[in-house]
Amino acid sequence: MCPASFDYHRPASVAEAVQLLSRPGAKALAGGHSLIPAMNLRVAQPGELVDIGRLDVLRGIRVDGNRLIIGALSTHAQIAASPEVQKHCAALATACSTVGDPAVRNWGTIGGNLAHADPASDPPTVVLACDAVIHTQGENGQRAIKAADFFVDVFTVDLQPGELITSIEIPSQSHRRMAYVKLPHPASRYAVVGVCVSMHTSGGVCDQIAIAVGGATAKATRATGAQSALLGSLLEAEALEAAAIAISADIGDQAVSDIYANATYRRAMAGVLLKRAVKAL
Amino acid sequence: MASRIFGSGIKRREDPRLITGKGKFTGDIMLPHMLHMVVVRSPYAHATIKHIDVTAAAAVEGVVAVYTNADMTLANIPCAWLIPNSNLKLVPHPPLAKEKVRYVGDGVAIVLAESRDIAQDAADLVRVDYEALTAVVNPEEASMDGAPLLHVEAPNNIAFRWIASSGDAGVEKAFAEADVVVKERIVQQRLQPSSMETRAAVAQWDSGNEEMTLWVSSQNPHIARFVVSGVAGLPEHKLRVIAPEVGGGFGAKLPIYPDEVLTVWAARKLDRPVKWVESRSENYTVTTHGRDHIEYVEIAATKEGKVTALRGKVYAGMGGYLSTAAPGIPTIAHGLMYSGVYTIPNLRCESIGVFTTTTPVDAYRGAGRPEATFLVERLMDKLADKLGMDPVVLRRKNLIPPFANGYTVAMGITYDSGNYEGALAKALGIADYDQLRKEQAEARTKGRYIGIGVTTYAELCGFGPSAVAGATGFQGGLWESAIVRVSPVGKVQVLIGASPHGQGEETTFAQIISDELGFPVKDIDVIHGDTSRTPMGWGTYGSRTTAVGGAALVLAARKIKEKARAMAAHLLEAAVEDIDYDDGKFFVKGSPDKFKTIQDATLMATLAWNLPPGMEPGMEASQFYDPPNFTYPFGAHIAVVEIDPDTGKVDLKRYIAVDDCGPQINPVIVKGQVHGGLAQGIGQALCEGAVYDDNGQLLTGAMTDYAIPRADMFPQFEIDHTVTPSPHHPIGVKGIGEAGTIASTPTIYNAVIDALKPFGIESINMPLTAPRVWAAIQEARANHAIGGR
Ligand SMILES: Cc1cc2nc3c(=O)[nH]c(=O)nc-3n(C[C@H](O)[C@H](O)[C@H](O)COP(=O)(O)OP(=O)(O)OC[C@H]3O[C@@H](n4cnc5c(N)ncnc54)[C@H](O)[C@@H]3O)c2cc1C
Repeated sequence: MCPASFDYHRPASVAEAVQLLSRPGAKALAGGHSLIPAMNLRVAQPGELVDIGRLDVLRGIRVDGNRLIIGALSTHAQIAASPEVQKHCAALATACSTVGDPAVRNWGTIGGNLAHADPASDPPTVVLACDAVIHTQGENGQRAIKAADFFVDVFTVDLQPGELITSIEIPSQSHRRMAYVKLPHPASRYAVVGVCVSMHTSGGVCDQIAIAVGGATAKATRATGAQSALLGSLLEAEALEAAAIAISADIGDQAVSDIYANATYRRAMAGVLLKRAVKAL
Repeated sequence: MASRIFGSGIKRREDPRLITGKGKFTGDIMLPHMLHMVVVRSPYAHATIKHIDVTAAAAVEGVVAVYTNADMTLANIPCAWLIPNSNLKLVPHPPLAKEKVRYVGDGVAIVLAESRDIAQDAADLVRVDYEALTAVVNPEEASMDGAPLLHVEAPNNIAFRWIASSGDAGVEKAFAEADVVVKERIVQQRLQPSSMETRAAVAQWDSGNEEMTLWVSSQNPHIARFVVSGVAGLPEHKLRVIAPEVGGGFGAKLPIYPDEVLTVWAARKLDRPVKWVESRSENYTVTTHGRDHIEYVEIAATKEGKVTALRGKVYAGMGGYLSTAAPGIPTIAHGLMYSGVYTIPNLRCESIGVFTTTTPVDAYRGAGRPEATFLVERLMDKLADKLGMDPVVLRRKNLIPPFANGYTVAMGITYDSGNYEGALAKALGIADYDQLRKEQAEARTKGRYIGIGVTTYAELCGFGPSAVAGATGFQGGLWESAIVRVSPVGKVQVLIGASPHGQGEETTFAQIISDELGFPVKDIDVIHGDTSRTPMGWGTYGSRTTAVGGAALVLAARKIKEKARAMAAHLLEAAVEDIDYDDGKFFVKGSPDKFKTIQDATLMATLAWNLPPGMEPGMEASQFYDPPNFTYPFGAHIAVVEIDPDTGKVDLKRYIAVDDCGPQINPVIVKGQVHGGLAQGIGQALCEGAVYDDNGQLLTGAMTDYAIPRADMFPQFEIDHTVTPSPHHPIGVKGIGEAGTIASTPTIYNAVIDALKPFGIESINMPLTAPRVWAAIQEARANHAIGGR
């Protein structure tokens, strides 16, 4: 396999990168683990590649007050191994540890993953459950985009041409309990369905909850019905059962079918995984 | 005698170069002035070619030539297994499609350019005007009236219809009189062989000497020479075919494809070296697939569990053309093995080869025998269930009793040796079968779904004798050859016609020579895969390299030994009859201290200063060997699975394999072959399967969609063996390359169905993925309202 020919740039600053990316046909290259396969198949034929891999300002994971800030160039492996992530957003560490295989985790970046927005990706589900904010820089300056607004459709996000994700800001979940559970596709290891739960209980009663499901629909989705089913409950078997039914309904006719699994399976598995996620908390 | 090298698990000698990246594959070959070829392929499964316009492509800078069928006068790509009495339709298969394309990936043009990138860019500019025709991907549907027709020569798309029967009247009678008949529709899904190295070819034309060298990733360079010389119109002695390091084949590098022929043709036409390397997507769309049967099978038995008859009708998908060995697979390699290890007196197999608008099908690890083993083992389990009998008990009622030299089954073939009960008993012992059944029963009371699958199998391998090849329409011989050449100082070159490509014969064949002649393994090189260096052979497939080539080698070594004995006798001034041999030393009987080593004898025979009367100088022997029969390895496998009823996921808990390939030359290599074989067979059962849409587009054309098994699917395999020598092989060895694949698919399948027994599920189409198993459970729950926990 060989990609169509392209020009290659390696900018020294984010500003230069953004400027290069504003040219028609230009595309950012991060870990290359979504972009290069697409180029090899000639599905993507960018005329210019802007390699952002040396922009160290986009690296690093740090905690700022009660916010976790993850640089866009952080790899899945770095996120999975980060004590800060494990403390403040444990489910993201789990999700990143289940991405693909070691090569993919060592090359693929969270920025690239979110920008690419494959419906079967793992990180978007967690990012959405945590009400994260995506920070970007483009020709017209910086933006802070709520995760709920960022994911638009299959492979489609709210990024202007040439706009780069610089970091992901996640409100600390350390006061909550979190879990991410997925059914991996046997070939790609992408999520057939993935469910993220972030929950707080007091006296056994669930008083804060966020649930998101990925893989099942065109983009990661908040399971609002399932959240309501559990909020205020004691997480007893009946409540879990009701939540499982609710999450299937939340997905509803938006569930995707492919040659591996049909919509019915995905809806049902969201329920199964939700129960497992809650039990794993 | 020192500890014997035969039977010791020394490390594979080929591995250091392979695991340090020093192996030289076809893709590594770079020649001066080399051009790169890209094949323009059809995006349609079935279409008429109305017009091809290459002008834009030819105009690209760096493009040297663009050719279509109209530019060449090449012969058709032949099919080489012309099954007699089957009304086989030899349809034309031009190296580049002429009026019509018949599968996605069928070649329509070639681009030759200074670099691969340029060739690919230009290939995208070749404009082909197609008129789409209707596709048909299911072989049973393709054989029905009104189905889209691929070849005018083959009405109803039927490529051949072959019947093997122990006697139709007997079969009919047995079914009519049976107490119990059990039927099954089996879909042997299409598999995509996924060797690590894709196919590749480099051709170099020496116009001065009018000689062509073709490096090709192949399992059988001599067959490649035979066929490519014919298609490309080159004298056979002017074509040298070299299979350098080959990164796996599994049957798919046995056929001769258009691509290699086109590489050769273009190299000659342009008088420049030409390289073609297949991409992975290309590999999945154009390299032959395996299996693809739809089978209707049934078994008849008495109520006591004595099986009286088995018959089947097979629709075997051939793809768009007949690949090299394709017709032999659902017929000879399949139907003759219908009775497996059982004394079934009445058998009938009807195999219908059908063209479909899909990638051609050919051998894939096991080739025909996995399908045969699957159907008889599946039917045995279903029958046991119907009779309310333990499947092991049912098998034992029908096993062929132990035999050391020949047992003829109702299909007429004669197995060489077998002790099926021996292997079964050993496997059951390792598994602790009775205890397993207790644990299963207990687990069921707790809502856990554990299943046990037991398979007893025999396979036909060690492909030969040549007379059988001829009688069954195989357009080649099935013998092997070896030359053992000892240098003056006693270093050994073993030149073999077979073409190992990962199986480890560079090690095991050195062990054979060392065992026979006493040369240390480090002094022995095994050379293969080059038609100009090695004697003729018919390739590595059908677990035949050791079973046939190994026999040639042993006999060649014994010639060396006798010559060395005669030389040593001469040097020791004794009569040949008085000379004893042990571990590389010849001595007069009773005086082992006065000896001549085989190296001494070799040196003196090579110097030839003083030879015994009548002896030729040198120390070299050559042997051609045509086996008197196939070999029939066998064994018993047991799997334990647990199913998660909530997700449908199958968890493989234990896998026990007891295989008998006769004496083991190197038990570590045997184990490696068994492990790899198991992985592939289990892959078919649980995750692998090519999927086409109705338009004939391959939906599993990438490794992110086509699921090959991964290490984390497997427990530690529990491997053991029994030893039943082949009576006709000089050292009794059989073959082990395919055993694991043949036995494991039904073992896993039966275990899964056993686990699902509480739901009353009788069959699920493979692969048994979580969504499929889950759907079957849902359906069963809806139908029976049981097991709903
Ligand atoms: C075999 C395999 C298995 C995989 N399995 C999984 C899995 O199980 N789960 C999962 O979630 N993912 C999986 N992935 C995808 C993986 O996570 C990718 O790494 C990730 O989706 C892309 O990140 P990247 O850094 O490689 O991006 P690239 O491939 O470099 O870029 C991807 C896209 O994002 C754009 N981009 C990159 N960085 C930025 C940025 N900072 N701002 C704006 N746009 C940007 C690029 O222009 C491009 O369009 C798998 C990939 C492979 C090859």
